[in-house]
Order: sequence, then structure tokens, then C-alpha cells
Amino acid sequence: MAIEGFIALYIFMLSAFTGYEVISRVPVILHTPMMSGSNFIHGIVLVGAIVVLGHAETTLEQVIGFIAVALAAGNAVGGYVATVRMLEMFKTSDKKKDVA
Amino acid sequence: MDMFFSMNTLVQVVYFVVAVLFILGLKKMSSPVTARGGIVWAGIGMIAASLFAFLEPGVLDHGSNVTLIVIAIAVGSAIAYITAKRVQMTDMPQMIAIYNGMGGGAAAAIAAVELVKMAGGHHELDTTVQVLAVLGALIGAVSFSGSAIAFAKLQGLMNKTFRLPLHMVVNLALFIATLVAGGMIAFTGDVSIELVLVFFVMALIFGVLFTTPIGGADMPVVISLFNALTGLAVAFEGFVLGNAAMIIAGTVVGSAGTLLTQLMAKAMNRPISNILFASFGADAGAGAEDTVEGSMKEIQGTDAAIMMAYAEKVIIVPGYGMAVAQAQHKVAELTKLLEKRGVKVKFAIHPVAGRMPGHMNVLLAEAGIEYDKILDLDEVNPEFPTADVALVIGANDVVNPVARTNPDSPIYGMPILDADLAKNCIVIKRGRGAGFSGIENHLFYADNTRMLYGDGQKAVGELVNGIKQLQ
Repeated sequence: MAIEGFIALYIFMLSAFTGYEVISRVPVILHTPMMSGSNFIHGIVLVGAIVVLGHAETTLEQVIGFIAVALAAGNAVGGYVATVRMLEMFKTSDKKKDVA
Repeated sequence: MDMFFSMNTLVQVVYFVVAVLFILGLKKMSSPVTARGGIVWAGIGMIAASLFAFLEPGVLDHGSNVTLIVIAIAVGSAIAYITAKRVQMTDMPQMIAIYNGMGGGAAAAIAAVELVKMAGGHHELDTTVQVLAVLGALIGAVSFSGSAIAFAKLQGLMNKTFRLPLHMVVNLALFIATLVAGGMIAFTGDVSIELVLVFFVMALIFGVLFTTPIGGADMPVVISLFNALTGLAVAFEGFVLGNAAMIIAGTVVGSAGTLLTQLMAKAMNRPISNILFASFGADAGAGAEDTVEGSMKEIQGTDAAIMMAYAEKVIIVPGYGMAVAQAQHKVAELTKLLEKRGVKVKFAIHPVAGRMPGHMNVLLAEAGIEYDKILDLDEVNPEFPTADVALVIGANDVVNPVARTNPDSPIYGMPILDADLAKNCIVIKRGRGAGFSGIENHLFYADNTRMLYGDGQKAVGELVNGIKQLQ
């Protein structure tokens, strides 16, 4: 599905404001997990890499496409596991209940 | 045709839902209470998007390509999963850098395939799309090689900051040359493989040279910046591929990451330009080490306990060492004992204490220390001169007075906790080495400082026992 020029520009503009608004009130304690979480989200590049490798026609394109998919998968999976592990440390309320 | 249309519509519907899941997930991640649910929502979105990407028109047409895709996903995922699971919490920032770099590399590789296709005359793109492909390639490649350098620095593989003569000039020239090559690819129809190759090599080298002069302590901010850049690169390649999910997710990360970078720089009280271009850490090490005067004076746990038990006011400065040793519960016990004796206890938290902003607050809260005792830098610094004892637990660079006194020091100008101004300072430290940034800490050599060597938990345990024996 082709996205026409100006529509794409509108999507870009609105997404930019959305990202800004979503983050604007994040407390300092979440800066690093937040960085890790947004790092995971740009792992969506995997979708593009899959499409590109799927359409590869020459060996060179296949090689670069393979690299793209492997890197993108690494971004997504690594980003997810790292974020989850980091947020585990913020599990404070449960432990308190256990103690009490 | 009908079948194809409905399939593609289904894919687009899934992408739409994925975009919603990402935005809501990110929103949830911005509050400590809901953060853990947020990443799960985003994770579900990611799995859905990757599965349905196979159903995009043409992807399943070539069996050999599909096999390659599956193998590549398996390889990339397995490596990332194992490393992310195994890595110490301590080393997490550099792992974020690596995973982020992988995303940037993937965006650049996508652009490379598109440009190679153009060079081979396989397909024509309109100029706008070509410009975006080239921009995404540039940003992605810089993020890739820059993140790799950030990783190497934080991992300790590259301790020295590396500077060429006229580093800034070389950088600028290289950047302009890269832009020119990119412009030639984007605006002239005539694209050769060689030119594309030169363009990518220059972009990668620029990423390296951009990052090498920046010091270790500033790396979290730099990683955050590369994170935003990767988001932008992904969004640009999303335009090239006409993929709305990539455009939205990439742009959201791009803007959120930019804001996050600003917030982190603000938390360190330094403008971003200062971090990126002031060659932080350029002459670290040698010069600073030579000027250290005095010696480190050791103290035993029982003596330190007596010092604290008879104090009026104690300020505790927790750092990364407390987190590693999981010493927060012992610290809470120590606090209660001291307060029972009428000692006023406060906690001083540096904005970048540990390697994760806010980590200390969470650990202390977990151990049940009341929120009003935990002060941040601006609140607590005026209190140090009236404190009898400052107890530094596994913190180093954030209490290094050279940041205040020595203009030649790479951390000069960074706001620090003035633990050295307390009447006495006890530093709990595992060994005698320099800190995260590799800079000697003059606090450790000060006349009013005593070193209590040992693991954070064990050392605080000694203090607790010492105070108990006094009763």
C-alpha cells in the first residue's frame, strides 16, 4: 500500500508529537528503562527487513537482506529481554506485600 | 486479485493495531506502576507485526528467500536472547547500545538493498523516496558504528578516548563528503555500486569518529541520542517501503528519544552540545593521576560504626556499589539503628548515581526507607558542611571533588555531591581502582576520608553489628 507524499508527512508530524507527549512526563527513575523500551520499539525495522529480503533478486541483495533481518531480529529480541529484565528491578510493591 | 487485496488489507489492519499497541505500551512504560505491562503490550505488537509481514505481497513468492528470512531471524534472535539473558545488570547500558546499533544497521541495510536495486536498474524510485532512503541509510549507519564504539567504551574494550589532530575539522569534512556522496546517489539517476559503497563506508567511519572523543560517563546520553537516530532511520526506511507501522513506530521513538536525550542531559546539568562536542575525557587519566596528594587511609568497620553512632547528622550517598551488593536492606537496618540513637539520617541521590537514573530511589524505597529522607543533589548539597559523617556506599565519580576544583579534569563542571565537605567521610569500596570513567577520585585521598574496604552488603553489615555492640 503506497502512502502518498502529504499523507506520509502528516503521519510523520502526528507521530512526532505523539512520541513527545507520551514521554514528556516520565520520571527520572524511568529514563534508562524508557530508553531500552523505545530501543525495543524501533525493532519494528524487522518488518521492513523481512519484506526486503522477501523481494531480494540477486545474491548481493540476499546477503544484505539477510544481514538486515538478523540485525533487526537482534534489535527486537535483545531490546525486549533487556527492558523486561530492567523493569524486574522496579518490582517493589510485590516484595513489600510479601514482607508485610 | 480479490484474495490478494483482502490479504493486504488484513496486513494493514494488523499494522494499525500494532501502532496502537506500541504507543499505549510506551505510554504505560512512562510510569513505574504500569511499566511492566507496557513492555508486554509492545512485545505482543512486535510478534504480530513480524508474523504478518510474511503475508505482505510478494514475500512468500520465493521459497529460498523465505528460508533465508527464517534462518536470519533465528540467528539474530538467538544471539540477542542469550546475550540479553546472560549479561550482568551492570553491563546493561552497553547491551542497549548494541541492540540499538543493530536496529540502525538493519535500517541502513534495508536502504542498501534499495540502492543496490537502483544501481542495478531493477527499479526506479522518485526523488523524494531516494532522498529518504539515503538519509535513513546515513543515520542508520552512523547509529550502527557509533553504538558499536559506545559498546566498546562501556565494556572497557576501549579505555582511551581517541582523537585525531584537528578532530572536529576531519569530522566535519567527512560529514560533508558523506552528504555529497549521498546527494549524488539521491539526486542523479546514475547510481553505481561503487558510489553506494563509498557512501556507506564514509557514513560508518563518521559514526566512529563522532563517538570516540566522548567519554564513558557521558555514554548513556549518547546511547539515548543514537536510539532516537535509529528511530528516525527506521521511519525514513518506512517511507521508502510504504510501511505505516515503521513510519509511526520509528517517528515516535525518534521524537521520544530526542526528548529523553534532552531530559537525561538536563539531569546531568549539561547541555547536549557540551556532551557531544566538548571532547569530554580527552585528556583523562595521566594528568589527573599525577596530582593526587596524600594516601588512602583505611578504617575498620567497628571504628566507623562508633564514628557514626556518636554523630548528630549522617548523610548516606548510595551508588552503584550498593545496587550490585544488594545492600539496601542492610542500609535500611543501619538507618533505623542510627535513628534510634537520635542520629539524623539523610540520603543523597545524584541524578546519575549508578548507571541507571533513578535506580537508587527504587532500591531505597524497596528497603522501606521513607521518601522524605531521600534528597536530590540541589536539596542535599547545602547540608554536607553540617553533617558529621558522609557515608559513601559504592559511589565514585559522583562524589569526585575534581569536578569542582580541577578545570583540566574531564569531569570538570559535572555537578557532584559535596561529600568531601562533610566533617568526616567514610567510603565503602570494593577495591582500590578508579571509577567507571577511569578518573582518580581525590575524595579518597582527603584528610577527612577513611576507606572501608569490602563488599557493600558486608561492610554495612559490619557497621550494623558495630552499632549494636554499643547498646
